[in-house]
Amino acid sequence: MRRLGRWLLMAIVAALGWARHREGRGADADAGDDGRIVPAGDPEPGAEIAVLLLLVAATLCAVGFIVVYAIDAIGNQTQLLGIAIGACFTFLAAALILVGKRLIVTEENEEEYPPAGHPEEQQELVQIVEESGSRFTRKRLLMTTGGAATAAVGAALVTPVLSLGPWLDTSSLANTPWRRGLRLIGSDGLPMFADQVEEGTFYTAFPEHANHDEIGAPVIVVRLPPSALRLPAERAGWAPGGVLAYSKICTHAGCAIALYRTPLFPPTSSKPAMVCPCHYSTFDPASGGTVIFGPAGRPLPQLPLYVGGDGVLRAAGNFSGPVGPSWRDVREHPT
Amino acid sequence: MMLRRVVAMFDERSGASPFVVKTLRYLFPDHWSFLLGEVALYSFLVLVGTGTYLALFFDPSLAHVTYQGVYGPLRGAEMSQAYKSAIDISFAYKGGLLIRQTHHWAADVFVAAIVMHVMRVFFTGAFRKPRELTWVVGMLILVTTLLEGYVGYSMVDDLLSGMGLAIGYGVALSLPVIGGNLALGLWGSPYPGDHTFESRMFIAHVFIFPVIIGLLLGLHLTLVAARHHAQFRRMRRQTNQRLVGVPTFPGQAPRSLGLLFAVAAVLFLLGGLVQINPIWQWGPYEVALGTNGAQPDWYLGWLIGALRLMPGFDVTIGDYTLVPNPFWGGVLFPTIVIGLMLVWPWVERRITGDRRVHNLLDRPRDAPVRTAFGAAFLLWVVLVFFAGSADRLYVFLRISYTSMTWIYRVATFALPLAVFFVVLTICRELQRSDALEADREAAEEEGERALRAASPQPLTPGTERATAERP
Ligand code: FES
Repeated sequence: MRRLGRWLLMAIVAALGWARHREGRGADADAGDDGRIVPAGDPEPGAEIAVLLLLVAATLCAVGFIVVYAIDAIGNQTQLLGIAIGACFTFLAAALILVGKRLIVTEENEEEYPPAGHPEEQQELVQIVEESGSRFTRKRLLMTTGGAATAAVGAALVTPVLSLGPWLDTSSLANTPWRRGLRLIGSDGLPMFADQVEEGTFYTAFPEHANHDEIGAPVIVVRLPPSALRLPAERAGWAPGGVLAYSKICTHAGCAIALYRTPLFPPTSSKPAMVCPCHYSTFDPASGGTVIFGPAGRPLPQLPLYVGGDGVLRAAGNFSGPVGPSWRDVREHPT
Repeated sequence: MMLRRVVAMFDERSGASPFVVKTLRYLFPDHWSFLLGEVALYSFLVLVGTGTYLALFFDPSLAHVTYQGVYGPLRGAEMSQAYKSAIDISFAYKGGLLIRQTHHWAADVFVAAIVMHVMRVFFTGAFRKPRELTWVVGMLILVTTLLEGYVGYSMVDDLLSGMGLAIGYGVALSLPVIGGNLALGLWGSPYPGDHTFESRMFIAHVFIFPVIIGLLLGLHLTLVAARHHAQFRRMRRQTNQRLVGVPTFPGQAPRSLGLLFAVAAVLFLLGGLVQINPIWQWGPYEVALGTNGAQPDWYLGWLIGALRLMPGFDVTIGDYTLVPNPFWGGVLFPTIVIGLMLVWPWVERRITGDRRVHNLLDRPRDAPVRTAFGAAFLLWVVLVFFAGSADRLYVFLRISYTSMTWIYRVATFALPLAVFFVVLTICRELQRSDALEADREAAEEEGERALRAASPQPLTPGTERATAERP
């Protein structure tokens, strides 16, 4: 049934095309070949039929697109819709290219390139501008004042842009929610007990009551054998039982450190390290977060820890340095 | 007759006929490489179309919601309204995923077509006088497009876009002296920024950048048409003064329209059949989350590579951080690349001292220094680009990432230098053999002519007739 309909449609289109074709020929014959702008060529009935068929195919595909969209029972909508519209465009493209290559006379016309410049008009332009200012006597002064006015108006118009952010007060960049005594809350929302922290893996923790969407908040917690620690002298006691906490935000460009490299075979493999997945800055937890590889320019800020009476890890103060990517006012040793 | 009436009606009210006739008979020189720019233009059309549709559904808001939609694995997850609406576009609206994926593919193809087009223009010397402005405008389009693409995938607020934004924030902070102010000004507060930042990205992506790109495209095409296309010299009729080509109508129009549909066909087939940026797999973004499985869109790969290759140091003076590390790869490197390309037409003028008008295109060998420089420059950027995917190589080949980084650090400087000299030599050799060929042909012609003049006896029946006819 459907096939019949398709043939019928094709026949109608073909008939219409044929009628047009005859009409067109008649008109051409009247005009004659003299005075043509576009040169004449021989008809190519084969190409014409092919174009017709391609247009019919495109029409059918477009209808198919609508049908697929309309009928919920058809699965794989994305794929079928894509195929339908893609095929429709393909047929259209083929039809047009066929028209361009076979049904339109290929002209190769010639013309002069435009001249490189128009000296007369250039001269005129200069003259118009120069002559229109002949009544001004204090040209320099006027120019300067006009320039100043323009600059001021421009500045006034862009001033509201200042409301976009605190452009001048950059103090907020140094904020972190960590204070002495705050408990570490794990990503499961529960307080983190010191003896839950195992070697060979890492945990993410936040300060209690804090907004997680703050770059000063998340820390990465790991445990190393206390004998392996080589923390700077002033950080003695920051890692109770070998449990260490570092800012989770990479000091290179601010990604979250999401990889922990653990030695497969301790005697020969490289030491445990915290690795940023963005540009592979690699930080050494044993020695206070120093950079051992990659583009980061500063060590990872360390959070001093102690274990509260209830066995929960708590912050013993703020980070050892500024959190997040470096910028102008980042100081490694805050005064 | 109908047509005549319509034309008269419009011409008498607009006076546009002379202009339209001129436009219809504008000549396009025929060469396949001229299609690259058109592919870019048509990808842009597809982008505008699909993008407008997407904007009808996308909700640029960072308000927190709990997902309860059709996609099972995410049900119950906390996410932003923006991310949820992008998920809904992918699953809840019919045809939404097709349009979203087509939009993404179109962006990738758009930038790729621009880059290929730039290469064509560079290596054939089409940027020379009188087309330097066209070249500059084209470069501006490229830069705006990169920003547009970056903001586009950043505003979806999936994990991948969050990571990309964090890096963008780090790069903004890294600008010497003004970095902190700039980042706070754009983001409104320290990363991840004020909730209005999402609206800022949205208006930039759907209005500011597209309008700039559209205006620049218009200017680009106007300038092209004003000076006409440059052409290869494929027949004797084609000279620096005379252009030979196919008129817009009827010759060029169907082909070009066919190309439009071909581009659209490819993009929609890709959009329907080849998955791209499956945001539901990345999950919603949180500041504390990261992954190393995801890659950014290809056209940002060179920046990732540059950021990764840099050895780790910040430039500090005493306690003052002058140049944070991301500046090198994220700001300086692209500035050098784009800046060098922007000024190249004038650099070349300086080197060659050539100030003439050029309507004839060079073959790459015709300008050995330019070609060698271009090849070396391209290789430099490509190597940095591949350095950005060294971690994929690590996953597949298990070559140590550290040693690969060191190999790349050396190779990015050594190989382009080597390639410069190799390409220079090849071009000069090709030129020499061209010259020899021309010499030989000239000599042969000369010899024949001499022979003909010397011998009164006809050599062949053909020449006999020729000599006989001479008065
Ligand atoms: S953001 Fe961590 S290495 Fe670049």
